Amino acid sequence: MVKINGEILDICGMSVSEYLKTTSYDIKRIAVECNGDIVPKSKYDETILKDGDSVEVVSFVGGG
Amino acid sequence: MIPKKNEMINALEMRHGKELQERFSSATVAVCGLGGLGSNISISLARAGIGKLILIDFDKVDITNLHRQQYKATQIGMYKTDALSENLKEISPYIELEAHTVYVNEDNAKDLLNEADIICEAFDKAECKAMLANTVLENMPAKFLISGSGMAGIASANTIKTRKVTDLFYICGDEVSDISDGTGLFSSRVMLCAAHQAHMVLRILSNKTKERRNINE
Repeated sequence: MVKINGEILDICGMSVSEYLKTTSYDIKRIAVECNGDIVPKSKYDETILKDGDSVEVVSFVGGG
Repeated sequence: MIPKKNEMINALEMRHGKELQERFSSATVAVCGLGGLGSNISISLARAGIGKLILIDFDKVDITNLHRQQYKATQIGMYKTDALSENLKEISPYIELEAHTVYVNEDNAKDLLNEADIICEAFDKAECKAMLANTVLENMPAKFLISGSGMAGIASANTIKTRKVTDLFYICGDEVSDISDGTGLFSSRVMLCAAHQAHMVLRILSNKTKERRNINE
């Protein structure tokens, strides 16, 4: 099982890219953290989610 | 009359304590974007006696900025880097300032931010916020990043908070209120977010461990 933004999901074996395609996140507005480290955007395709991973998708909003 | 440098330092040490003030004085903090967040963050940090600020913005002061940004009507048309430098020097005459009037992107970020201990992201656009987070956290592994996300609108002040994402990455704001929802920006709520960001800078610097990574929010 993979924990994403606090929610436990059965998505082991999926890549970060594949997971993101199932969501409504705007890829240009996010940063993805996995087990305490940022996942480089260039590695979303090759980063495979494993059992026990804890992931957070940070989605930025405008204004400043 | 402007006080002497040692008088300014003594006054800061009376308020913060000598040890903490020495940490503030020896720190370099970058502020990316000098709008509602960045101008307020910079003023808080200058007042706290941070030794050096790296100020980055490509834009000029516009009449529509004055409702929330720390500029004066007489500064309309000036580059924000110049106008803010002027204002900061009036508050804290001995602060070291390095100003860059450029648009930050993936290619120039590393050079611009190389000297900073802590980076405050204070851009307006969500895409720019994400670009800086990805660029800094991927390529500059020892830097702290404090982002601002979600301070538009007139919702409660109490929903603005600081959240630790990783040991080196904090987000301030409500993370929801988006300027593109047409909710406007109000100086008081933007200042709350800026104050969270500036305060997180001081909290990181106050951490006595070597790597300053064990702060929980």
